[in-house]
Amino acid sequence: MSPSFIWETFVTLLAGVPVTLQLTVVSVLAGIALALVLAVLRLSRSRLARLFVSTYVFAFRGSPMLVQIFLIYYGLGQFKSTLQDLHLWYLFRDPYFCVLLALSLNTAAYGCEIIRGGLQSVPAQQVEAGRACGMSGLLLFRRITMPIAVRNIVPIYGNEVILMVKGTALASTVTIMEITGIAAKLIAETYRAFEVFAAAGALYLLINFFLMRLIGLVERAMSPHSRRTQRPSEAVEAIATTH
Amino acid sequence: MTVMPAVSLCDIRKKFGHFEVLKGVSFDAREGDVISILGSSGSGKSTMLRCINMLEVPTSGTVSIHGELIETRVKSGSTAPANPRQVDRIRSEVAMVFQSFNLWSHMTILQNVIEAPVHVQRRPHKECIAEAEALLEKVGIADKRGSYPSELSGGQQQRAAIARALAQKPKVLLFDEPTSALDPELVGEVLTVMRALANEGRTMLVVTHEMGFAREVSDRILFLHKGQIEVDGRPDEIFTKGRNLQFDQFTSRVQ
Repeated sequence: MSPSFIWETFVTLLAGVPVTLQLTVVSVLAGIALALVLAVLRLSRSRLARLFVSTYVFAFRGSPMLVQIFLIYYGLGQFKSTLQDLHLWYLFRDPYFCVLLALSLNTAAYGCEIIRGGLQSVPAQQVEAGRACGMSGLLLFRRITMPIAVRNIVPIYGNEVILMVKGTALASTVTIMEITGIAAKLIAETYRAFEVFAAAGALYLLINFFLMRLIGLVERAMSPHSRRTQRPSEAVEAIATTH
Repeated sequence: MTVMPAVSLCDIRKKFGHFEVLKGVSFDAREGDVISILGSSGSGKSTMLRCINMLEVPTSGTVSIHGELIETRVKSGSTAPANPRQVDRIRSEVAMVFQSFNLWSHMTILQNVIEAPVHVQRRPHKECIAEAEALLEKVGIADKRGSYPSELSGGQQQRAAIARALAQKPKVLLFDEPTSALDPELVGEVLTVMRALANEGRTMLVVTHEMGFAREVSDRILFLHKGQIEVDGRPDEIFTKGRNLQFDQFTSRVQ
């Protein structure tokens, strides 16, 4: 084992960081957008909409992300002619698109549950105080429900983002050259699995270290009331345990 | 000329499932009245108060605020306000103080106080802040304007909630057991503020267990028992024993 080789590998692997970050950022943003829609449907009065969302969430949380990626990238290849007719084949033959799609659909399922939990854990009494002074509908949501819900959601969603950073490693299985993809290629060339994976692991750790700090900063900036009392809100703990 | 009552309840009934909590309650509160509403738990006193601003919609009966009838309609078996906008407007004129304060945890005390004036009543921001500061001064927590609710004691939070209610410039103030969630040593500071408000001639309806307050401050006492008003009168009249068995039992238990 040679430390200098680990360092060299570490530097080589840096080339994969932009791809890893890009996969994370795009899929998390697309996931949040989809999760919002799903959460609204989940809390709607329509039984059909609720059933759809709970089936979706069940399917994407209950099966491995790797299987989801394979299903989209390899599985849909079986329907090449149909996809060509729909002029969608150029998308589905691109592994980068397929991975982004799988990651987004997967994180949306978790995000939906996080957002639902965050909305439901807004104390009913504070909402009632809003009603009692004449608020309703959008005003009540904008001024009371949403700000409280967002403060519940951010710390838990941060956790999901960290899981997504790690999840992007699966993209290497469909030829994408992000950190793990480059690492696998280096191992094939050098047969030095320990050093290469140690360097790759360290790189993920480093990314997530900064990410956790960033999430912590956002959390502190948004919740001065819990910062000063040094007490995490009970609501946050409640959703964290159900997630 | 007839003077419109500030609050008028007419034959209010409220059912939760099959259980009838209010069994036909009627009373008028004149402007400037301070009315204490007493009763053991489950008597329906809080429900009655919450019917006034439609936080509970009565199953039947009518509520009028300053002569304006709150319109309701029956929709798929349950009663609902016919015009949500009317309810919102009336709620902005009838402020409520809750048992557990219900301050908004993500806002400072000052933000809590200016929230309704700025965003519901759409009054100028500057003017609202000046008024809010005066109100916080009045309830004795001017130094807490920048604090968050979780940093205050229960008594301070309830005084902030009273300032928040006053900022709406309400025609009627509703208090739902405002001292019941407080430690005994903090009850006094809240009652002092409420006494001062009563002396200003504000219209107040107070659900309470504070017999001293009811007796000394209120113009009138309503005693509810099993969903009906059993006793209705001036404190000096009704505290003479032997007028009503339930009320006498209640007062001897509470005092």
